[in-house]
Amino acid sequence: MIDFFQTLGHSVLSSFAKLGRSCFFLLQILAGILTVIPRPRLLTKQLYSVGVLSFLIICISGFFVGMVLGLQGFYILSDFGAEETLGVMVAASLVRELGPVVAALLFAGRAGSALTAEIGLMKATEQLSGMEMMAIDPIKRIIAPRFLAGFISMPLLAALFSSIGVIGGQIVGVGLLGVDDGAYWSQMQSTLDFQEDIINGVIKSIVFGFIVSWIALFEGYDAVPTSEGVSRATTRTVVNSAFAILGLDFILTALMFGDI
Amino acid sequence: MQNSKTQETLVGLFVACGITALFFMAMQISNLGSFGDENVYTIRANFDNSGGLKVKSPITIAGVRVGRVSEITLDKDEFVSVVKMNIDARYKLPADTSASIYTAGLLGEQYISLDPGGSEELLAENDVMDITSSAVILEELIGKFFTENESE
Repeated sequence: MIDFFQTLGHSVLSSFAKLGRSCFFLLQILAGILTVIPRPRLLTKQLYSVGVLSFLIICISGFFVGMVLGLQGFYILSDFGAEETLGVMVAASLVRELGPVVAALLFAGRAGSALTAEIGLMKATEQLSGMEMMAIDPIKRIIAPRFLAGFISMPLLAALFSSIGVIGGQIVGVGLLGVDDGAYWSQMQSTLDFQEDIINGVIKSIVFGFIVSWIALFEGYDAVPTSEGVSRATTRTVVNSAFAILGLDFILTALMFGDI
Repeated sequence: MQNSKTQETLVGLFVACGITALFFMAMQISNLGSFGDENVYTIRANFDNSGGLKVKSPITIAGVRVGRVSEITLDKDEFVSVVKMNIDARYKLPADTSASIYTAGLLGEQYISLDPGGSEELLAENDVMDITSSAVILEELIGKFFTENESE
């Protein structure tokens, strides 16, 4: 019985300790970002590995998600004789929800896991401690550029996802199923609002970029420095990011579109 | 693998694509491209019942959209619905223009259709349109239909 309470207490305490470490880590990153700005080379390299390499998977997924939305939306809407609103349905669901959320989930899988594995291996092979020995702060040199790259890439990737999805929906809806092209775009433009829909979608993707980069880098930095520890940390990155993205998405949606 | 120049070029391309996508969303997907708020003037119309009309509902003349509803309030003294609308400044309307609320399709959203009259005078900022016809409420119509049938 005592053992049970002890285990419970231990796990509660260690999870709070982890939360505290991660917040402290975040503060260090934010302080470190200032030193990245005068060295754009560091950032370019990370933007390449975080952003450019995620470009293709985001574009292809966005295209197919848009096509599926076009197809399914058409079948449902044509029951009500409202095929003309297909553009609204595709664009609203992509810009408000699917764009930021799916792009962030893919980003966590593609870039987040790579970040964790990279940082975790650096720790396991004692490269981070080596840097500290040379009086180079690994947070400033290694972590901060990666964080900034994730933070910048995510909104761009989500915007690409939504835009390509809308075009995918148009190809299926207008090209294959015969919805009127003018109606597809004009209904979309007259229903979607710049501030309410587009800006809120972009805000969501910025928040997700922040959270995913933070989780990925922290899990790598906090990983047990063994090969098993790194593999666990990578898994935790993907799982925790998915939870954080979906949970935050609900909260953000309720704040932005609800009357709460 | 790749020298830093190619890498930089690719990053540049990526950022450019991303910004283009943001721009595309703003101009092509949302209403930002079609109307700026600066080139509009506001006119008002009083309706007995504005039905399901909402802020941002379209205003059309002969089926072409010329503006949006900007505000719907209740007149406290006369209990009529005061609808403010922003009209694109390119379109000048005669003073005897009439406004009616219609529904797009059977169950679609409601919009205001303007019917320009023949007056020489033009509507200016904050003018009130007098000739209006209210929204058709489907339930009222059905109710009327039933009561008429019973009386026969």
